[in-house]
Amino acid sequence: MDAHMPYLLCTILFCIGIYGILAKRNIIKIILGIVIAEYAVNLFLILVAYKAGGRAPIFDTLENGQLIQPSAMVDPLPHALVLTSIVIGLATTAFMIALAIRLYGKYGTFDITRMRELRG
Amino acid sequence: MIAGAVIAIEVKNLLSAVIAVGVVGLALSIIFLLLKAPDVALTQIVVEIAAVILLIRATLHRDLASRSCGGRPFGAVMGIMFIGIGAVAALVTFSGGLNPFGHPLMTVSAFYPINAIAGTGAVNVVSSIILDYRAYDTLGEATVLFTAVIGVLAVMRATGKRDEEMKDDNE
Repeated sequence: MDAHMPYLLCTILFCIGIYGILAKRNIIKIILGIVIAEYAVNLFLILVAYKAGGRAPIFDTLENGQLIQPSAMVDPLPHALVLTSIVIGLATTAFMIALAIRLYGKYGTFDITRMRELRG
Repeated sequence: MIAGAVIAIEVKNLLSAVIAVGVVGLALSIIFLLLKAPDVALTQIVVEIAAVILLIRATLHRDLASRSCGGRPFGAVMGIMFIGIGAVAALVTFSGGLNPFGHPLMTVSAFYPINAIAGTGAVNVVSSIILDYRAYDTLGEATVLFTAVIGVLAVMRATGKRDEEMKDDNE
């Protein structure tokens, strides 16, 4: 169990995000919950990639002039996929914010329960 | 970082919540640096700043920004239920298949560091993966990005058919 302690950080973060999505009525708070849950998932993938005592996956020379060995690197594949995921997260966040601004312009409130009551 | 996340969800003022999310994102980029992922950390900083600017755009100049909206009791119950399910799933995962922290599963990805220089000539293994080995991923990413831009433009355009329809309704 001790070996998994760092994963608890992203678990707690994900739970906070889920709670924010489900328990809040303000649409901006719901968007923030989605963003936090997304950060937690990215953090989990990077945590999975970490190798104890590893170095960044860039071929560079060490202090003694040697090239870094491939076996000393952290896992580069999750890094590449998380890079993609972060950018897509920004795109979806921007789209959600645009929808929220539009809903505010239509209903004059960020409260999702009042949006149902008003005429469409 | 967890404190920042809790503040972001619970604080009443929306602008404070947005800034707390910015704190969470920047702390996340520092954690990425500590986990030896400099590319991801740089992307995270840039994306975080852009996201915070967009969120501030959404909350600024709104007189309602500080009005509290309260919670959903049913949603809170559901949230606590989901957190319980998540905790059980985390326990199962930790006791089962997940490798211990610091010992990644390198069955597939051991290929990339060994062959990156000979195969692509890129010194940075991450960029050799996203731009060469998995370039279609990056193409799909760009597609999603521009689709989102088109969607935002379509949603945010000032004038449209809606105004004419409203006029017809009023008449």
